[in-house]
Amino acid sequence: MSPSLRREDVAHVAKLARLTLSDDELDQFTQQLSQVLEHANDMSSLDLENVVPTTHPFGLVNVVRDDVVRPSLDRDEVLAMAPDSEDGRFAVPRIIGEAP
Amino acid sequence: MKSAEQIVRDVRSGATTASAELDDALLAVKARNEELNVFLYVDEEGARRQAESVDAAIARGESVGPLAGVPIALKDNLCQRGIPTTCSSRILEGWRPPYSATVVDRLLAAGAVPVGKTNLDEFAMGSSTENSAFGPTRNPLDPTRVPGGSSGGSAAAVAADMTPLALGSDTGGSIRQPAALCGLIGVKPTYGLVSRYGLIAFASSLDQIGPFAKNVTDAAMLLEAIAGHDEMDSTSLPEPAPSLVAHINDGVAGKRIGLVRDLVDGADEDVVQSVLRAAEALAAEGATIVELSIPEFRLGLSAYYILAPAEASSNLARYDGVRYGLRVNADDVTAMNEATRTAGFGDEVKRRIMLGTYALSAGYYDAYYGQALKVRTMMISAFANAYRDVDLLLGATTPSVAFELGSKVSDPMAMYLSDIFTIPTNLAGDAALSVPFGTGEHDLPIGVQLLGPGRSEAKLFAAARVLEIAEGR
Amino acid sequence: MGLPGDWEMVVGLEVHTELKTATKMFCGCANHFGAQPNTNVCPVCLGLPGSLPVLNVRAVELAMAIGIALHSTIAASTFHRKNYFYPDMPKDFQISQYDLPINKGGYLDLPDGSRVSIERAHLEEDTGKSTHLGGTGRIHGADRSLVDYNRSGVPLVEIVSGPDIRSSAQARSYASSLRAILIATGASDGRMEEGSMRIDANVSVRKPNAPFGTRCEIKNLNSLRSLQRAIDFEALRQIELIESGGTVRQETRHWDENVGATSTMRTKEEAEDYRYFREPDLVELVPSDEWQGRVRDALGPMPAERRLLLISRLSSPSETQLDAVEVVIDLGLEDYVHAALDAGADASLALARAANELAAGLDLLSNVTFTAFSSTLLLEQSGTLSATQSKTVLGELLKSGGDPASIATSLGFEQMSSESLASTVALLIDENPDEWERFRDGDEKLAQFFIGQVMKQTKGQANGKDVIKELHARR
Ligand SMILES: [Mg+2]
Ligand SMILES: [Zn+2]
Repeated sequence: MSPSLRREDVAHVAKLARLTLSDDELDQFTQQLSQVLEHANDMSSLDLENVVPTTHPFGLVNVVRDDVVRPSLDRDEVLAMAPDSEDGRFAVPRIIGEAP
Repeated sequence: MKSAEQIVRDVRSGATTASAELDDALLAVKARNEELNVFLYVDEEGARRQAESVDAAIARGESVGPLAGVPIALKDNLCQRGIPTTCSSRILEGWRPPYSATVVDRLLAAGAVPVGKTNLDEFAMGSSTENSAFGPTRNPLDPTRVPGGSSGGSAAAVAADMTPLALGSDTGGSIRQPAALCGLIGVKPTYGLVSRYGLIAFASSLDQIGPFAKNVTDAAMLLEAIAGHDEMDSTSLPEPAPSLVAHINDGVAGKRIGLVRDLVDGADEDVVQSVLRAAEALAAEGATIVELSIPEFRLGLSAYYILAPAEASSNLARYDGVRYGLRVNADDVTAMNEATRTAGFGDEVKRRIMLGTYALSAGYYDAYYGQALKVRTMMISAFANAYRDVDLLLGATTPSVAFELGSKVSDPMAMYLSDIFTIPTNLAGDAALSVPFGTGEHDLPIGVQLLGPGRSEAKLFAAARVLEIAEGR
Repeated sequence: MGLPGDWEMVVGLEVHTELKTATKMFCGCANHFGAQPNTNVCPVCLGLPGSLPVLNVRAVELAMAIGIALHSTIAASTFHRKNYFYPDMPKDFQISQYDLPINKGGYLDLPDGSRVSIERAHLEEDTGKSTHLGGTGRIHGADRSLVDYNRSGVPLVEIVSGPDIRSSAQARSYASSLRAILIATGASDGRMEEGSMRIDANVSVRKPNAPFGTRCEIKNLNSLRSLQRAIDFEALRQIELIESGGTVRQETRHWDENVGATSTMRTKEEAEDYRYFREPDLVELVPSDEWQGRVRDALGPMPAERRLLLISRLSSPSETQLDAVEVVIDLGLEDYVHAALDAGADASLALARAANELAAGLDLLSNVTFTAFSSTLLLEQSGTLSATQSKTVLGELLKSGGDPASIATSLGFEQMSSESLASTVALLIDENPDEWERFRDGDEKLAQFFIGQVMKQTKGQANGKDVIKELHARR
């Protein structure tokens, strides 16, 4: 059996996924996600030790493209999508912490 | 409404024009869109331009494409340059993609006339089109019921005679299930047959674009026009589009068709009866029906509801308020990301993002995601095993006819179970379609499902055509 | 720098190098440093909804070339997604190789004869770049940031060494030898100052033969000097911490070049959960023997071999010559030296002019032909040009090419007439009687003093050897 889902697991996962949950939502999601995970437990009893995992249904290999420049997008069109821009760049509020 | 096949013939012969056909389509949209909430956006101007260019080409005596003048509806998770594309989510509201999906380019080249963008469950997550930020779509055959989902808007567009063709996407049944509930042909092509470039990803290893139509030939015409290798999609199969329409009347004589117990068990009695009658109709045309069981199918739902959310949790990370779509301002970028995502996503999307994040997180990966990948391998072997003995498989598409609006929204697990018969095909990457066969309670349509190995579309269409003829269509 | 007591440092390096492709890793946007912000972007490298990656064949081949040069095993490989939120990463995940990298194992031999093992060299994509506004302009205290995605999706190879390095000097030597290999394979231009080669160092300390200590990862090492200083600082910090009764925490630390110190960036507890999983939008990469063979055949000789070849042409190489050889090999300048030697130039002179003058103008090398370089050296050797004039001519050649003799003429670098040299020397002897006296008494060092004075007086037009001749004639 896989471990059952706790409220703090859901809170942790919400943080990883950049979502804020109210207390009520936390309760509700814990209950709903537990149900799905319980259903998924019918897989955990299977002995799949020697089964190879599949990530692609067909075994395509070596799909590559030539190193040839194609036109990029027009910058005005790119920045028109942006919620905020400045000086040809996308503007965001201050960044806390450096990239990992 | 005329079939796509008829429209192409008439447009080419001069009996009608693409513009006149478009007028009919726009009239039909105006008549019922408010009631049914099918289209989120109607691109009248662009559609007119495209129709006029088809008409002009014909006037100049030039050859026109295989879908010349046929109005078509696009699920709103397909990018079309300059046209609002929302995935039925607040988080993308107002976004106009600066590029078009490969399928959209191919449709335009084929002379089809995209009319607008149709409603869906937010990010294609759902089975009823009730999870849309812009309100549910109603089933044109009974507006108190759902059209199915997630491609409910595209199904409803065809069912309500607004357009003869529509495109949807099928990750776990999102074309076949609404096709069944709306009385249409709906096809989930082989994974890689249709380019996913420009299809907003839900679960990348499962998503496929496919057609809705009222008859088998129209569906085959549409699939031929959009299929075939695309260098913009690394998972695109290397070969060109298969020839489908030419084989539509090949029949099923001499074919062995497996009636899969696991694809009818648990379905409503009227659905079971339709499947059995379909088996008889196929046998009457020379197919041998073999009853068989594929117990692995029962694991499909579990594997799917781990794999699809896991991929989705990563695919949907990019909606962070930085580059496009919604931004809810906050003091720092992390708080801004959180405020944006919290306000922008609906509950079902949040549920799946969290489920998928959990399944991939340290300590749980092996138990959930890793195990589900192995179940996927089992599923592929189980199908392959079955196809050593039979050419195609037969079963129900959905456990019941269209259900009432609101009847499953508060119980995610009950909603998930409506995909139980369609999910195995997506996990295997194989092809399957749903074809209307008989009716059930309240005279609502029932869909039977035909399943085949990868690249078996021509055989599937031929078998579906046999059922269509048996129903007098 | 030595460590106190019998402490030993254990260092492993992770080197990220941008690949010199025409386009990005997964899209056709130009891979070009220095363009206007957000002009080399498309749906793919902006992570727009619906876009999909397609792998650049050239990036794969450059990665293989690096693997071949590092004696790695080129293996079937896959791509994974490394999931974390950061505004300069448009999809909020990085496509990288994880459990199955394209290059496994290998080693790099350093000039001092030591060998550093290579664990892996894998492909991944670069991120965009943010600029911080308000406050100090650094990330801390800024009030907003601006993001440019031109760099997003540029192909990178991350080369991870084994924990085999035992001194900061060895670390530096590893980094510069690796850079020479990256340049030699054509994979990278190795420019640390433009960020095309970036280094992280894993540093721990231990007593001899003790198990490895807890390591800290130091980020932001963007010059060889920073690398060396940061490693020394960090090793000492850890030793002092342990000797004063503390324990080293596993963490990521930031090197501040101005302060000359590392500081905590992120502790182990704050480390991200990256939720790695196979990138479903890309397929497996299985380089066939035939494909690998083609890449191997296209590779020229690697630096170690080229170094030996160059050294074999020196009769009894001095320290100075060997140092110049390192620079010349690292920067791939040895074809100039070979050409000059073939033309009869002096080895020390050829090495010095290549390692200094040519090395200072790498961007402009295409203006200088082998013949022009050799001719300039021969003019200097024959005394037609003074050393200073010769350097000026090389500078002009770099700037705009041309023929050395005509450049010398147009600059007015006529050989000083022997009369005017003689009168200058006579004047200086008068002005410096004490020095002249000592020279006459046999102190040859004073010749250098007079050469310096003559050069000053003639603004470098005189030839040093002629000055000595004149001095001896007057002694
Ligand atoms: Mg890395
Ligand atoms: Zn790009």
